[in-house]
Amino acid sequence: MILLWIIVLLMAGGILAWIAGRVNDMLPRWISLLVILAALAISVWLWMADPVTALTPKGPWIVHLRIPWIPQWGVGFDLALDGLSLLMLLLTFLLGALAVLVSWNEIYTKVGFFHFNLLWVLAGITGVFLTMDLFLFYFFWEVMLIPMYFLIGIWGHENRIYAAYKFFIFTQASGLLMLLSILSLYFIHGSQTGVYTFNYFELLGTSFSPAVGMWLMFGFLAAFLVKLPVVPFHSWLPDAHSQAPTAGSVILAGLLLKTGAYGLLRFVLPFFPDAAQEFAPWAMLLGVIGILYGAVLAYSQTDLKRLVAYTSVSHMGFVILGVFAFNELALQGVVMQMITHGLSTGALFILAGFLYDRIHTRNIEKMGGFWATAPKMGVIALVFVMASLGLPGLGNFIAEFLTLIGSWQANNWLTVFATIGIVLATAYSLRILKKVYYGRNLTDHLIHDLSAREMLIMVPMVVLLLWLGLFPQTVIETVAPSINEQLQAYRNVPEKRTLSLEQPKSITQPLDSLSQPKPEGGAYGLK
Amino acid sequence: MVLNDFLHLMPLLILVVASLIIMLVISVKRHHKIVYIITLLSLIAAFASLFEIGETEPYHISPLFVIDGFGLFYMGMILLSSLFVAMLSYAYFEQREERKEEYYILHILATLGACVLVISKHFAGLFLGLEVLSVSLYALVAYLRSREKSDEAGIKYLILAAMSSAFLLFGMALVYAMSGSMGFYEIGLYLSVSQEVPLILLIGFGMMIVGVGFKLGVVPFHMWTPDVYEGAPAPVTAFIATVSKGGVVALLIRFFIQTGGFEYPTLVLIFTIIAIASMLAGNILALMQTNVKRILAYSSIAHLGYILVAFLAGNALGVEAVTFYLVAYFITSLGAFGIITLLSDEERDAEQLEDYRGLLWRRPWSAAAFTGMLLSLAGIPLTAGFVGKFYILAAGVRTDLWLLVIMLALNSVIGLYYYIKIIAVMFSQANVSRERQALHPSAYLVSGITIALLAILLVYVGVYPTGLMQMIENLMLSINAPAL
Repeated sequence: MILLWIIVLLMAGGILAWIAGRVNDMLPRWISLLVILAALAISVWLWMADPVTALTPKGPWIVHLRIPWIPQWGVGFDLALDGLSLLMLLLTFLLGALAVLVSWNEIYTKVGFFHFNLLWVLAGITGVFLTMDLFLFYFFWEVMLIPMYFLIGIWGHENRIYAAYKFFIFTQASGLLMLLSILSLYFIHGSQTGVYTFNYFELLGTSFSPAVGMWLMFGFLAAFLVKLPVVPFHSWLPDAHSQAPTAGSVILAGLLLKTGAYGLLRFVLPFFPDAAQEFAPWAMLLGVIGILYGAVLAYSQTDLKRLVAYTSVSHMGFVILGVFAFNELALQGVVMQMITHGLSTGALFILAGFLYDRIHTRNIEKMGGFWATAPKMGVIALVFVMASLGLPGLGNFIAEFLTLIGSWQANNWLTVFATIGIVLATAYSLRILKKVYYGRNLTDHLIHDLSAREMLIMVPMVVLLLWLGLFPQTVIETVAPSINEQLQAYRNVPEKRTLSLEQPKSITQPLDSLSQPKPEGGAYGLK
Repeated sequence: MVLNDFLHLMPLLILVVASLIIMLVISVKRHHKIVYIITLLSLIAAFASLFEIGETEPYHISPLFVIDGFGLFYMGMILLSSLFVAMLSYAYFEQREERKEEYYILHILATLGACVLVISKHFAGLFLGLEVLSVSLYALVAYLRSREKSDEAGIKYLILAAMSSAFLLFGMALVYAMSGSMGFYEIGLYLSVSQEVPLILLIGFGMMIVGVGFKLGVVPFHMWTPDVYEGAPAPVTAFIATVSKGGVVALLIRFFIQTGGFEYPTLVLIFTIIAIASMLAGNILALMQTNVKRILAYSSIAHLGYILVAFLAGNALGVEAVTFYLVAYFITSLGAFGIITLLSDEERDAEQLEDYRGLLWRRPWSAAAFTGMLLSLAGIPLTAGFVGKFYILAAGVRTDLWLLVIMLALNSVIGLYYYIKIIAVMFSQANVSRERQALHPSAYLVSGITIALLAILLVYVGVYPTGLMQMIENLMLSINAPAL
């Protein structure tokens, strides 16, 4: 039940914040901050209370909740938490809390409605990370769009309406293709077994002909690759990221992109092992193209937020490269990348927001020499720029290193090109530092250094990034069981494949789970 | 006619009596409020009498009608929608100088026509219902006769509807000439024994499709829709969008199931083309509009296309999907036109996109409700429209109608654009704020409650569709269908 409460807490908090916004402007900020901190506390508690290790006998699932929702269709309100979801939740609430803090002095209009949207985006994202029912997954997938659309469209920068449209239509269109795949999967499974259900664990066992599997996988990929984004489908991202308010950019870059990566890990890998293996070289190629293309474009931007947005495209290339390498190292790298990229890119967007706050431009040609007046900001920017270029000691290094080792085993040449991407990353990252903080101050603005609130936002991120860089083992251990789970189907021996089909079913109800007895709902199906 | 027949026709009889009473009341004294209350009470009574009948065993009133679960459900939908429209009408007509009372007579008669339509199983019953509905609508569309657009819409609707009725009649005559009967079931029997479908019969069906297609407003018979939607008073538009179209859809389902129409590739092909054309034309034409009523008109064309996708699935799931989608669409359309009604003033309806600029900050509740309705039309979760669209897609995927399903998905995306265009206008900054509460606020109370109810229903069905689905499934069992 605890999982449900997290989502309910966020949604209720959102409504409360909206109502409180009518009283005064401070109230919604405090309400949403407290709500998110409470959610963060719950997830930390879950982590501490039941540390996941690779040795847990009961499989990767920590908590499992199952409530029938639309029994006629075999739709259940299934939420489950494993190491991967747990880490994603921690990231979600951490960045969520930062997003509230960032907006503290940035958002002055319609504060209540702003925080309503913020909390509902987080609720949708939380749902996506937790749900184990494909109907519910699509449901949450869409739920997070609308509030994000409002965040960009109402509080964004000058070209916000266009960016909001583009974001919404891209994600919605790709989501519908995924919906078609989900439905086909549902009917194929139903006609094979007679059990019509959207339950993740039951659908895992579905087998289909290679051609069908390929098409179904493309449906899922459409949604995830657009969200990630992978290069030919990325064009919504720079617009959305650069036009969104700072909090919106943080959530977009830090969390929304991660839902795509999460979807690849959670759904594409275990559902379509054959199709995925067949498609892997192409996917990795797209990843490498993304890495290089994103890096080159990032180098040539003059809009600071757009620049950071393109670095996201580049970094997300590593994610798809790693996912389609199908080995444990690479996937660990991917998960690390999801977390560290969330932190470092989020931080860069926040810094861009701070600068915009001070000089009201995002054009880096008009910046320069800020180190002199704002040394604290400079140092912090230096840390995150170094993180972005993959300096050892910071989390991103571990992530990219693991990904590259993993993908080397799968495909040598593509890995070589991906590594070139890191060199390019150095170029664009240092360019940020050079243009903004070094050189001569071209403006006559006096740049204030970071305030206490701003330091409160940035310092924990620096600490976390260092911690992830120096002690990555915590993350790796937490996520190891779930990665093993996702890779079951790839342990090359054919007879193990059948094993992997059985295993998830036995895991659905761990001994101490909070689950209710399995509903009979699926039996009717859609006839 | 035995007494039992009267019992089963009770909803219809209540409506007839109510219209007579209102006529008499008007001749004694014109009073808007009294007439309004009589209308509401009679609609509620008619709805309540459905529960009195409440059985799933089909009851035949030969040869014209059959009262079964399907018919009862659709009658319930029609009566409820009609009730909602009536509730919205008071504030709208109160601020207009025309004689308001006759509106309610026509409204009840049109409802009666739609109810007859959904229970008829015979050409005569069909035509009776359709004409009662249409003739009332002619007058309703042009009800605000001092306005230019209203007149134009009325005349347009009159001419085109009359012509489509002629087509329908001719088609029915041809079908009758070949099959020798006018009952749906008998025609089905004739078709099932005849080896080859005679050409004349096909022509007859074709002509009937013209007639029905006009009523549904599907491409290529959609030309009247935007003009009539725009010109008719907002509550009447809501009525056309829901009751009138819903009744015809129900008729179409019954006709196809009882005659086994899904087995004829020609018919299926025709409807496939109509469905795709409606989806595409409706959505693409809506993109460029700046008039909210016209946008909703084009969107209704597209939505009828969506409904046809599920209809073409032709199995029980398809019929359920159509019914569910119609419920969702009824709620949504009533809500959307309800908001338009609520915001309209005595000069004109709130139909320009500009009227909605900054609405979210001026009237947050109305804007939130309208946003909900639009998102439901676009099929976004937490709203009824999402479950409805899901249902339709499921029905389509189930029967491998891939072309239609993919067209639907594509069109949903196109549709999204103009729905969020309206939403974007609502939350952009207001530069003009027209204050136009002409009446005492209490007059708007009922309208407000209606919209609140619809919004709650919208979210309820969107979040917890199980109850409604269960109901529809049970009722669909009752429809006797050789084709299922």
